[in-house]
Amino acid sequence: MLKRTIPLFITGAAGGILILAYFSPATTNWGEVVTDWMNTLAAVAFILGGGNLLFVNLEKISSKRSGWAYALVTLLAFVVTLAFGVLKIGAVPNAQFPATPWAGDYESVRAPFGWVYEYVLSPLTATMFALLAFYVASAAFRAFRAKNIEAILLLGTAFVILLGRTAAAGILTGWISPEGPFAFLRLDTMAVNIMQYVSTAGTRAVMMGIALGIAATSLRLILGIDRSYLVND
Amino acid sequence: MRRLLQICVSCVPVALSLSGMCLAQVDAPPPLTGLTVADKAGDDGRALIVHWDATTPPMQVWVSRSLGDDERKSLVRDARVDAAAKAIAAGASKAEAEAAADAAERAFGQDAERGWTFVGITESADGVSGFELSDLPEAAQGFRVRAQASRDGVRSSAVESAQPVVTESSAFFSARFPLMVGLAVLTITIGICVRSAQRGNIPRLRKIAALDAFDEAVGRATEMGRSVLFIPGIQDMTDIQTVAGLTVLSRVARTTAEYDATLEVPTTRSLVMTAARETVQSAHFAVHRPESYRPDLINYITDEQFGYVAYVAGKMVREKPATCFYMGAFYAESLLFAETGNSIGAIQIGGTAEPSQLPFFVAACDYTLIGEEFFAASAYLSGEPAQLGSIRGQDIGKLIAAVIVVLGTALATVGAFAPEGSAAAAATWIVGALS
Repeated sequence: MLKRTIPLFITGAAGGILILAYFSPATTNWGEVVTDWMNTLAAVAFILGGGNLLFVNLEKISSKRSGWAYALVTLLAFVVTLAFGVLKIGAVPNAQFPATPWAGDYESVRAPFGWVYEYVLSPLTATMFALLAFYVASAAFRAFRAKNIEAILLLGTAFVILLGRTAAAGILTGWISPEGPFAFLRLDTMAVNIMQYVSTAGTRAVMMGIALGIAATSLRLILGIDRSYLVND
Repeated sequence: MRRLLQICVSCVPVALSLSGMCLAQVDAPPPLTGLTVADKAGDDGRALIVHWDATTPPMQVWVSRSLGDDERKSLVRDARVDAAAKAIAAGASKAEAEAAADAAERAFGQDAERGWTFVGITESADGVSGFELSDLPEAAQGFRVRAQASRDGVRSSAVESAQPVVTESSAFFSARFPLMVGLAVLTITIGICVRSAQRGNIPRLRKIAALDAFDEAVGRATEMGRSVLFIPGIQDMTDIQTVAGLTVLSRVARTTAEYDATLEVPTTRSLVMTAARETVQSAHFAVHRPESYRPDLINYITDEQFGYVAYVAGKMVREKPATCFYMGAFYAESLLFAETGNSIGAIQIGGTAEPSQLPFFVAACDYTLIGEEFFAASAYLSGEPAQLGSIRGQDIGKLIAAVIVVLGTALATVGAFAPEGSAAAAATWIVGALS
């Protein structure tokens, strides 16, 4: 009973207050209180998350499960970075308060924490992001195979957009007058028209569906119609 | 003689430049007239509307306002700290430093110019002779406003509002009223449809291939003896997509519990991990298999977007899950996940409400829940009359939106031919009400 009623009440009350706070200035503060509670919960859950990370990786190392070396690297990186940040190890002294080590700037690249962020984490992040270019190429290669009518249309549209956004547009159709009656056949004009009218119209239709879906899902949760996340009696 | 000539020649440019400066000197524009300040109606009491008589020719107007309570306190505190720090640096005692700080505070109060803060510059021309001061702080005494006309970099003397204006909060944000009406209509519609469905008038839903494939996807993983991977996006519980993803997770977890398949849920947020654990545990209870629930398979990895990608992609390549679900808010990592999953031959079902990521899921996943389908997934899978009824209410809302779009488009088209007509005015009203 309590495992269902209390969560349902909290969900309904929090959702109702946030909706009210959006429309009425008098209740804006209530919305801020709910958000503060959410942030407090997230902060507590972060400790839980950090603990979970430690526990899972320690367990993997101690039982020498496959990939335990990765767990060791993760654990070392976690502990060392945490120590650099929390203890402000090697922080650059504050010019105003040089005698107070805790006032130092630990985010500077001259401090170990800032150095790790700038020269270890950022390059690793950039490397992962750079992989996206290759994945886009392989996904496009598969998506643009002319298997049926829809795929041919997709391929043709992509072809026009790609050519229209490059110098090839000018080379191939630059001879068509931009003021003439056939200006719409210029590749650059076609690309703009497809993006501006066809693509935008489709995106807006999807966006409207999403907005209504968000409203309906929120109402289902706030009114307690969708209780799939709760423990059954 | 030559020396005299050199002096004369060198003096010529100086004389020319001085005369040029004299010629370029511009008179200050006349001060603004008719300055009025009023509280903005229908807001949260944090905005003022300033007006002045239209200026001819067009010119810039610099607007300043008096400080808010906290701003004044903060500046006074800074002045005190600066004065005290200087006194201590000069070898003063604590009492002397206190005295210096008090003196700085008194000096601040006596300097009228320090009680003002610059707000912004606006162009003033025919028909445009106003400015909105928004995001104002608290000010018990209200705000005074000062405005100066500026032309060619020369400013007129300042004009100040006669009395301080106190801002007041309204009962409702008037700009959000149309949205409030829309939400009320949608809520009532959904409520009616839910009641109707509970009385037996259950709506028939079209088949959604991605949702019908859930059982098949989990069954495949069970047969192959491999795990099912569920990614609930990379946002926190404050994002409705994450919440929708967890409601889908509930259905997936029930199926995996029934089939005795392994379900793994790596998360980017610790709160999502906690919520996912609760959800999966509930699902195991629901199918009377609490003993098969394993919290150690639902883990927090990292808040870092690409750190999370590295973990999940590595896990996919090493452990080769048979089925991958991507349900939530995704950004650049969507294609990294989906392509990695594709390369290991996993059956993949994606669902997100990020329009920019949908093409990637469509290209790389076997099935994709597009936008509203993703939000309808939980209701569709539950088969409960009340939830199915809410989808009908959502569809009626979509029908109303479509009617407004068609009507607005027709009015705007007619209005394009007759800009002064009532059709154009009606189209403008619709755009204003909805934006």
